[in-house]
Amino acid sequence: MPDLILDGRPLRVADGTSVAAALALGGDGCSRTSVSGQRRAPLCGMGICQECRVTIDGRRRLACQTLCRDGMQVETRP
Amino acid sequence: MSEYTNLLIIGAGPAGLAAALAAAPRAERIVLLDDNPLPGGQIWRAGPQAKVPAQARQLREQVLACANVRYYSGARVIAQPGPDTLLVEDAERGWQIRYDRLILCTGARELLLPFPGWTLPGVTGAGGLQALIKAGLPVRDQRIVIAGSGPLLLASAATARDNGAQVLRIAEQASAAAVAGFAAQLPRWPHKLLQAFALFDRQYRSASHVLAALGNDRLEGVRLMQNGKVVEMACDRLACGFGLVPNIQLGQALGCAVALDAIAVDTWQATTVPGVYAAGECTGFGGSERALVEGAIAGLAAVGNRQAAHRLLRRRDRWHGFAAALNKAFALDPALKSLATADTLVCRCEDVPYAALAGLRDWRQAKLASRCGMGACQGRVCGAATRHLFGWQPSAPRPPFSPARIDTLLCLDDTPDA
Repeated sequence: MPDLILDGRPLRVADGTSVAAALALGGDGCSRTSVSGQRRAPLCGMGICQECRVTIDGRRRLACQTLCRDGMQVETRP
Repeated sequence: MSEYTNLLIIGAGPAGLAAALAAAPRAERIVLLDDNPLPGGQIWRAGPQAKVPAQARQLREQVLACANVRYYSGARVIAQPGPDTLLVEDAERGWQIRYDRLILCTGARELLLPFPGWTLPGVTGAGGLQALIKAGLPVRDQRIVIAGSGPLLLASAATARDNGAQVLRIAEQASAAAVAGFAAQLPRWPHKLLQAFALFDRQYRSASHVLAALGNDRLEGVRLMQNGKVVEMACDRLACGFGLVPNIQLGQALGCAVALDAIAVDTWQATTVPGVYAAGECTGFGGSERALVEGAIAGLAAVGNRQAAHRLLRRRDRWHGFAAALNKAFALDPALKSLATADTLVCRCEDVPYAALAGLRDWRQAKLASRCGMGACQGRVCGAATRHLFGWQPSAPRPPFSPARIDTLLCLDDTPDA
């Protein structure tokens, strides 16, 4: 059961949970802010659309293709 | 850093796994690469809320047990630094892989078409929703509407319901006659018949499509055209997918010829580029059985075992027949080209509205005039959408094929002197 930090808040999820799923389990489900200021959430779920890109431990990653790990810091706002 | 392999396989879904297993007895070293955290592709996606069929688990275990197969997860192709070489990146590092033979098993993605409100949080692809649920997305007691086209709508509904969601409606754009005609042909593929009955659903409506996703900051409801009547319903999620699009970008970038929007292959699954093969949905949509047999043929052909590959050709023909029936039944209604309004965003990366694109000549002019297709997804979503809306042909992608780290691009310098 990995413990992670999502936008500053602690969250525990089941093993094998993707970061995309964690966004909905621990927040409003959103992943990023678009160039015109809209909040967006994962769309394609399979690593194509890039809507779910978040910052994980300082690196830009796709939430739908990343599994939650202990100690991960996930940020959805720049 | 660089690595050498006899056979490099891109994609560890049914086609890639079957290719690896078929090639393993005759290849000294095989590298299998996939951008997902676990093997299985989209159809056999594993996760905390997924049920992976026994056949898939068995194939996965057989491949991973081969001592000469090296499997890299979470890794994607970034560039082609030289002949028979690809630059790849995972979460930690970038490196080059040199190969004798390459098999592309890059799969398909969903066709996502723009309609008013489709950028609202709460709207996903249909297969997209299924993938997200399998990976742990909570949907218990949520009201879900699924719309678009093809059997994937039913599969997505089944996964949502298994995980406690209330599926209010499944809106299939194809006519009742087309769906019935397809179902009537299913006895030709008995295994598929069983799947179709297991999936059939009383919320299913044919000749129905989405008109708009409703809500301000997130989805609150949906407006549908249902058999000629406009209906609205409140919902928590809307999942829309209009069929599948082969992922041909990497093949195109390597110079492989494309036919009918898929990578063109010959009898042996060989592309027009010597030493490069392709199998599964990147050569045309048709389901996992077709992908498995194509993958096996490609794997055998790539290691020179045409005799064994030849024995599989009849099975492949059978599944090609299924694919043809599927594509005919679920051909898209031209009405779906007029869902977007002037201010509907078509390119979600650069937030380019429909009005900025309508009337332009082609994909290239759209990129120059509006930045459409120039964002992070590199036109994978809006390129397929504008192909449908305006008939534009997206150009072959240029490297980096995916957003990459500077550290990875520095690995291009590993190229040996000519």
